[in-house]
Amino acid sequence: MSKAAMGDAPLLQVEDLSISLPPGAERPLAVEKISFELARNEILCVVGESGSGKSMSANAIMGLLPRPHVHPVAGAIRFEGRDLLQLSEVELRDLRGSRIGMIFQEPMTALNPLMRIGEQISEVFDAHGLLTKRERKARVVELLREVGLPDPETLGESYPFRLSGGQRQRVMIAMALALEPAILIADEPTTALDVTTQAQILQLIKSLQERHHMAVMFITHDFGVVAEIADRVAVMQFGKIVEMGPARKVLNDPQHDYTRRLIAAVPHFEPPDRRSLEGPPLLSVKSLEKTYVTERGLFTAGRRVPAAQAVSFDIKKGETLGLVGESGSGKSTVGRCIVRLLESDSGEIRFGEIDLARLKGRALRPHRRHVQMIFQDPYASLNPRSKVGTIVAEGPMAHGTDRATAMARAAELLRLVGLDATAAERFPHEFSGGQRQRIGIARALALDPELLVADEPVSALDVSVQAQVLELLAEIKQRLQLSMLFITHDLRVAAQICDNIAVMKLGRIVEYGPTRRVFKDPQHSYTRELLSAVPGRHWSIPEVSVEAERQAVRS
Amino acid sequence: MQKLSFIAKRLVKAVFVLLAIVVLNFFLIRAAPGDPAQVMAGEAGAADEIFIAQLREQFGLDRPLHEQLLIYVGGIVTLDMGYSYRQQQPVADLIFDRLPATLILTGTAFVISILLGVLLGALAAARVGKWTDSLITVVALVFYATPLFWIALMAILLFSVQLGWLPGFGMESVGAGYSGFQRVLDVLQHLVLPATTLGLFFMAIYARLTRASMLEVMDMDFVKTARAKGLPPGRITRVHVLRNAILPVITLAGIQAGQLVGGAVLTETVFAWPGIGRLMFDALLQRDYNLLLGVFFVSSAMVILFNLVTDVVYTLVDPRIELK
Amino acid sequence: MSTAAASPRSAQAQAFRDFWKRFARNKGAVVGVVILLAVVVLAAVAPLIYPQSPWSMVQRPFLPPLAVDGFLFGTDTLGRDIGAGLVHGARISLLVGIVSTVVALTIGVTIGALAGYYGGLLDDALMRFTEFFQTIPNFALAIVLVAIFQPSITSVIVAIGIVSWPPVARLVRGEFLSLRSREFVQASVVLGQSNLQIITRQILPNTLSPVIVMASLMIAQAILLESSLSFLGLGDPNTMSWGYMIGAARTVIRQAWWMSFFPGVAILLTVLALNLVGEGLNDALNPRLARKGR
Repeated sequence: MSKAAMGDAPLLQVEDLSISLPPGAERPLAVEKISFELARNEILCVVGESGSGKSMSANAIMGLLPRPHVHPVAGAIRFEGRDLLQLSEVELRDLRGSRIGMIFQEPMTALNPLMRIGEQISEVFDAHGLLTKRERKARVVELLREVGLPDPETLGESYPFRLSGGQRQRVMIAMALALEPAILIADEPTTALDVTTQAQILQLIKSLQERHHMAVMFITHDFGVVAEIADRVAVMQFGKIVEMGPARKVLNDPQHDYTRRLIAAVPHFEPPDRRSLEGPPLLSVKSLEKTYVTERGLFTAGRRVPAAQAVSFDIKKGETLGLVGESGSGKSTVGRCIVRLLESDSGEIRFGEIDLARLKGRALRPHRRHVQMIFQDPYASLNPRSKVGTIVAEGPMAHGTDRATAMARAAELLRLVGLDATAAERFPHEFSGGQRQRIGIARALALDPELLVADEPVSALDVSVQAQVLELLAEIKQRLQLSMLFITHDLRVAAQICDNIAVMKLGRIVEYGPTRRVFKDPQHSYTRELLSAVPGRHWSIPEVSVEAERQAVRS
Repeated sequence: MQKLSFIAKRLVKAVFVLLAIVVLNFFLIRAAPGDPAQVMAGEAGAADEIFIAQLREQFGLDRPLHEQLLIYVGGIVTLDMGYSYRQQQPVADLIFDRLPATLILTGTAFVISILLGVLLGALAAARVGKWTDSLITVVALVFYATPLFWIALMAILLFSVQLGWLPGFGMESVGAGYSGFQRVLDVLQHLVLPATTLGLFFMAIYARLTRASMLEVMDMDFVKTARAKGLPPGRITRVHVLRNAILPVITLAGIQAGQLVGGAVLTETVFAWPGIGRLMFDALLQRDYNLLLGVFFVSSAMVILFNLVTDVVYTLVDPRIELK
Repeated sequence: MSTAAASPRSAQAQAFRDFWKRFARNKGAVVGVVILLAVVVLAAVAPLIYPQSPWSMVQRPFLPPLAVDGFLFGTDTLGRDIGAGLVHGARISLLVGIVSTVVALTIGVTIGALAGYYGGLLDDALMRFTEFFQTIPNFALAIVLVAIFQPSITSVIVAIGIVSWPPVARLVRGEFLSLRSREFVQASVVLGQSNLQIITRQILPNTLSPVIVMASLMIAQAILLESSLSFLGLGDPNTMSWGYMIGAARTVIRQAWWMSFFPGVAILLTVLALNLVGEGLNDALNPRLARKGR
């Protein structure tokens, strides 16, 4: 990994770069006096949490900052003997796409929906006045093949909506590589993708980088990804680079307190030993079936998409069952059937004496309190027009508790999840993502449920906040003797908090057993594929001592 | 082929909507205060006993309601919309005589409004925040707030009465006896004021929508991709932004078609343009309900037809149509 | 994130100040409010400044503006004071605009809410119904309705209400559809709240902003529609309105421009003001259009 030493002078030098934010933002500068270098033939990972300024730095190099409010106010970006900040828009345009390529986070929206794939790629040649029409066509096919897309001739003629997210990201990479740029900037290019697709795209970027001797600036929030591909790492916090060095050094022996905290918050891939639970099941799901039927038109037959097929599992008192799988595996559907947000087609959802699947409407409502749900998106899961106290008290009130009692209970619960008493009088927008997730947990607890269904409860949160919320869940579960169905795509998180795991693919459970057994000795080929796709699985996270850990508790 | 099935679906829907309008017409006549036969014949006193009896017979007004409905629908399907007692002519003949004039007027106004509107909207969006943008925005805002009939009157006052540049009355010069190319020129001259005034209001709508839609598209990820490719701004605006921004404009054009017909009633009234809008006004003055409902039906049919056309255009522009 | 708990009243005052700040940033909107206030005041004091009926003949006909003291806007073909017509016409315009918008909102919100919340067949049926009304040329339908039910304030209001509700229904349905699948609404389903509670407490309050914005624009459109109807002679025969004044003066436009000019300006200003206010409300209530910096 000493490729960096190969090149003589660095390819790109960022010197004391500062970027302004619009007036009224939480801080005056998005990026403050950052300096770093990018050498030929290396992958530099810029890592940080949301709002750290990592994307801004990348966009500044491309000259793609959302002007006029956000613009570089000081510093220099040297590339091939010129300062990019001093170039005119026309000169910059010449460099974009030809010497510096860029790919983005959202492959679903990064392509023009009205233009054929091939056209969008050959536009790059057009923009820089290269190649004849026929040559362009041939080159497009060549590029699509190089990024591993099947049947490149026909694919070039398709529109983006026919492609999956992973395929679209490959198209974006093909586009960025079209003119063999010296630098590829990748802004969270795998964040929106499933884990197996992510592994493939990471592999692709790495192999292309090696083959074309490119320099890659890779923006990410995920230390697993860093461990997977980085040669060097820069860690950003509040617009500053707090630590920079070779990947091995930063990952295994972090110096800065913030880096240490971030690394300590990454869940270990190794599941801990857990005692097996005894006793009868609290929830017993038997042969649950759910098929989505798309609307049938006058001339078109409805399409049937099976989302749950013969799904069976048990959850004992105090147990956490992890339901893991990629998007479209049906894991959320199963969760939603159990809390009865969705009607299952057949099968049993036995909770004690009753079969929840059979109850409907008014008969169901009193039984809802036994099973409560925690949602994924902290910004969408709280009514923006209700006060936090009301949000938490609404459940008991719907079940006949009087307002005063319910509000008193709400205040108690808010304290339990670590918020202070004044929270009840405030509105959701006054809280951060992690705090909102705590409010969501308090709301679920208000009905004294026996089972919690948590649907990706931490995947929208930054890693340090994620660790705190997971800790809170574990603590509450322990204290209140709750059972939990934990739905997640993140195998690291599942490893740490689940007693048992059920792996889902295309609506079926393909493997089901104790977490440690499933991780150590996976039986199904899909489980093995999933496990091997987890980024940075060979990196054993160092046990770093973290001072002042409590500092961030309020987030 | 999914496009074809999409269009076929719309076609079937259009037929149903037409039928529904016929049924609505039927019930409107019966909902009016007074004897339906009297209503059909027009304001009391205009109709004589024999005619009323004839109407009763023809529409089976003594029979049960559902039979009446069948008779009525059957009539419309064979393009028999009844007889205008006041004008002493079948309603269908009256309408089809006047239809071409309305088509010329609304067609021209539509072309003016959409071309000018999209152009101005795109210009404003491209120069957002600059004085060009402010000027276009203000002009669009004012035209959007101006009553059509008043603009028409003011246009006559200025261009016809004061300046004497353009005729402000009728579709061609009375008694001039032009023929061939001269006649076309004459009609065109008469067309300028009504078509422009009718078009201006809609131009304002399209300009506002195009501007808003372009600004929204400019914020989208694929525009950033286009910039990252090194495309020049002009090309990004034309190829990436405008093409996507035009989609809601097409949808709106379909919805606005109905308004255009309504606007034609006012414009034709003011400019004495011999189309079905003017016919509707005459029917109003004479309380000639049969004629009124006939015009209403035909103009609805026009709108439905136009909606169908915008649907087809949409399928040509947006490849994702099969997802809908 | 201050921990100081503000008292609810001052919090409300603060919220209003924030709202006004966002609203006032749009200068056009402030101009709109000023014009609108002027129109409202004139309408309110109409009987005080012109105690006589606007129908009464008070001077000789065809009096140009400023030709005689006290007749700022001149007189019409029958010697009626145009100034009196203008201020009394403001009353009818505002009345019809507001009441017909209320009618349209009632129909539209109900249909949109039911369609968006319950979905499925009900949604299908209600949306076909809405599309049908949206397809029919709405001015032509309004003409037919008023003509058949005889011109009167009520028939004009009802007709405008009936032709104006489809956009409301579509907007509200769209909002309901998207809010229905939002997690906070799903949370209240899981908590066991009833449909009525969910609709009224969770969803409806969140659709308020776009509906308010739309309502202000609808009043403007309703005023235009009303004036167009009375221009064609379909206004209430007992009330003086701007559209009627222009319609009556249409044939003498060559001799007496002022008879149709001033009422038109009155319509233009009122409608423009309402549109400006609507845009200001949009800026203030839907701040998502504000630049997102990331």
